[in-house]
Amino acid sequence: MNDTLANTEKKTAYILTLPAVLLVFSIILFPIFANIWISFKEVELKDIRIPEPRAKKIIKSISDDPSKIKILYKLRNSSLIQEIRDVSFKDNFPKNFKIENLDPRCSYEKYNLKCEFGNWPAKYRENFQVIFATNDGSKIDKKNLKLIKPKLDGKSDNILLNTNFTLKNFKKVLFENEFVDLLLTTFYYTFFGTVGSIVFGILTAQMVNQKFYGRTFMRSVLLFPYVAPVVALAYTWELLLDPNSGTLNSLLLNYQIIETPINLLGQKYIEISILGFDFKLRLALTTVIMFEIWRYFPLAFLFILARLQAIPKELYEAADVDGASPFQKFFNITLPQITAVISILFMIRFIWNFNKFEDVFLLTGGASGTRTLPINVYQQGFAISDIGMGSAVSMVIVVLLLMFMFFYFKLLGKRVDEN
Amino acid sequence: MKTKNIIIFSFISTFFLIFLISIWKILATLQGLSINSLNIEILFIFGFLFSLAHLGIGDKIKLFYKSIIFSSIFVFCDGYLIQKLPVWYNVGVFLIIYFFTNKISKYSFTGLKEEHSTQVILFDFLTLFGILFFSFVILFPFYMMLVTSFKTQIALLVNPLDFSINFGQDIKDLFKSYFVIFKSYKFGKYIVTSTIVSVGTVIITLLFAIPAAYAVARLNFFGKTFLSTSILIIYMFPAIVLVIPLYTIFSQLGLRNSIEGLLIVYTATTLPVAIYMLQGYFKSIPKELEEAAILDKLSWFGIITKIIIPLSIPAISSVALYVFMIAWNEFLFSLMFLDNPNSFTLSRAIQYLSGDAETPRQYLMAGSVVVTLPVLFIFVYFEKYLVSGLTAGSVKG
Repeated sequence: MNDTLANTEKKTAYILTLPAVLLVFSIILFPIFANIWISFKEVELKDIRIPEPRAKKIIKSISDDPSKIKILYKLRNSSLIQEIRDVSFKDNFPKNFKIENLDPRCSYEKYNLKCEFGNWPAKYRENFQVIFATNDGSKIDKKNLKLIKPKLDGKSDNILLNTNFTLKNFKKVLFENEFVDLLLTTFYYTFFGTVGSIVFGILTAQMVNQKFYGRTFMRSVLLFPYVAPVVALAYTWELLLDPNSGTLNSLLLNYQIIETPINLLGQKYIEISILGFDFKLRLALTTVIMFEIWRYFPLAFLFILARLQAIPKELYEAADVDGASPFQKFFNITLPQITAVISILFMIRFIWNFNKFEDVFLLTGGASGTRTLPINVYQQGFAISDIGMGSAVSMVIVVLLLMFMFFYFKLLGKRVDEN
Repeated sequence: MKTKNIIIFSFISTFFLIFLISIWKILATLQGLSINSLNIEILFIFGFLFSLAHLGIGDKIKLFYKSIIFSSIFVFCDGYLIQKLPVWYNVGVFLIIYFFTNKISKYSFTGLKEEHSTQVILFDFLTLFGILFFSFVILFPFYMMLVTSFKTQIALLVNPLDFSINFGQDIKDLFKSYFVIFKSYKFGKYIVTSTIVSVGTVIITLLFAIPAAYAVARLNFFGKTFLSTSILIIYMFPAIVLVIPLYTIFSQLGLRNSIEGLLIVYTATTLPVAIYMLQGYFKSIPKELEEAAILDKLSWFGIITKIIIPLSIPAISSVALYVFMIAWNEFLFSLMFLDNPNSFTLSRAIQYLSGDAETPRQYLMAGSVVVTLPVLFIFVYFEKYLVSGLTAGSVKG
């Protein structure tokens, strides 16, 4: 009795989870494996279209004889690079039709014209013509004839399914793609974006944790950049920072703080001298990181605020009795209480910033020194149309992420052991 | 010790005042007032003098009169002697100084002698400063987005800092950018597409996620722990890695440029987090209710529809809102999969609009307002649900 109950429970569970599992597997897990497969292939954007045999049907009347008709099929191979094998052709005709001239490749049975065209090489074209007449000499309705579409079929190699593999893509990624520069840019972007958003998250959470008028309103406002669509925000920033007519530059010029406009999103380096030391700052990258911080600190804020509100009030009361200063309270009570949240946040934000594509793409498109790995995936795959290369770059992302996760959990595991 | 504290106090409060007045001046400049200098030096002197005077006067004059006096002096100098400025600007300055004097009123000579007084002051002012700073930094781009959409290209060329809206003009002229994007750029159609995609994603995700989450939360089956741990790991997998294989597969299946294609991808990417959030909530529902239902011979379908769903409306709403937000804001997949303007979503349409360098910026901003407003409206209206959704599902980013 118990056994059958457990069995039905199992069965129900599988039925309930199956749709979700199937969908997630086919759209997320399967593509990840497909990505590994593609990254070892030389595939370009144009290769992934499957070659199709196509026919355009043109109907011409024959002068003086309304009971006869000439049909011209413009046949072609849609692909410029691949051949199609065993092309078969089929078209239907009304019941009173008889054929006048039959091509040796074709047969006409039961008002069906069937042809076997054999193999079509790439770019193949042929004008194929048949003449029909009606049995009873009645007039032919051209419009009706045009509505019937011929059916074509053929076999072709799918470039994605053959087993020609190459290491060329990875070689190119590592040696011909300014790999070190790419890696450094991605690292700067990820690291400073993550740290910045966490620092601002701590500041704002500490702020909102105090009591003041309009606190709930403030909490909603702080989340605006996180919930609003990227597209709108990125373009607004772009307009604000525009060197020619942007508000920021106009304001700075108006107050005579700067003399010439600064192209914050289009200039790779800016020279700054502090205390006699000249150094180059990567300007566009810094701006993009600022946007990143601005957009994602609300998440850190939300996490940290939730943690702050859970800290028992007694701790602070006890500290007050001991005469602790506000800074002492912050560093000795608040900070230790939120380190766990911060370390989780760091991991989550690091991973997501590492994969961030939209923000940089919309702001700079990867120009002026803001080319990160995800941007490179897009550039290789769709701008240069080298799908294999794009896949290889995204494989690099996956490997680096797995390495990061591995070290992170190892470090975290050690810390847990020590405590 | 005492003098040091007085000086520190004066400095901090002065910087706070400079900050307040500067923001007001920037906003006034953007209304077309020609203010060519922030006059930081003068602000600094005034701020310092006010702070010292406040300490010196103490309680000898009532706070109300003191504030009025300070404000009047400042307004007279700033808005009359240095540069003659309109009344509305001076009223603003007056209120700011009034607010400032009230804020520093709680500090006095005796208070500054106390232990940690400078730190307390710093903390207090940092909080105040932070509130204003972050409000400004966050709201400013949104404000500019809105204001720019009401201007015309020519008006902005004449004075790039004049963002004042002329409410006197005809409604048709005021909302011209909006009329244009809806008429010439088919934004009405894009709104419909975006709504269908987002609402569709929510419905399908819930249809798939509720049973799966129930199974994970309640039933015992082989592979359960594997399933529940892999949910989150799958969720961490970056979209950029999926883009190329999905693009090739969808190209070959003819799913690109179709709403169905987007629905499938959006559902698959939001499902893991939806299941994760829902199963957590389902576990908190007391089991006794279901045991009673099993005795009544209710099937699993009955249990889910008659017991679980009515009891977890809050969790389901927060998942629904969260998923809606993700689908509405999504950009990467819509960029990759849609290249026919007839099947664009709002985000993709705005990006397409910006690709044409000729597009006037007020149209771009009007489009941005159109895509942002629904999300912000939903967020403010259902904040309670959405915040819990954000915290639970915030691995997505």
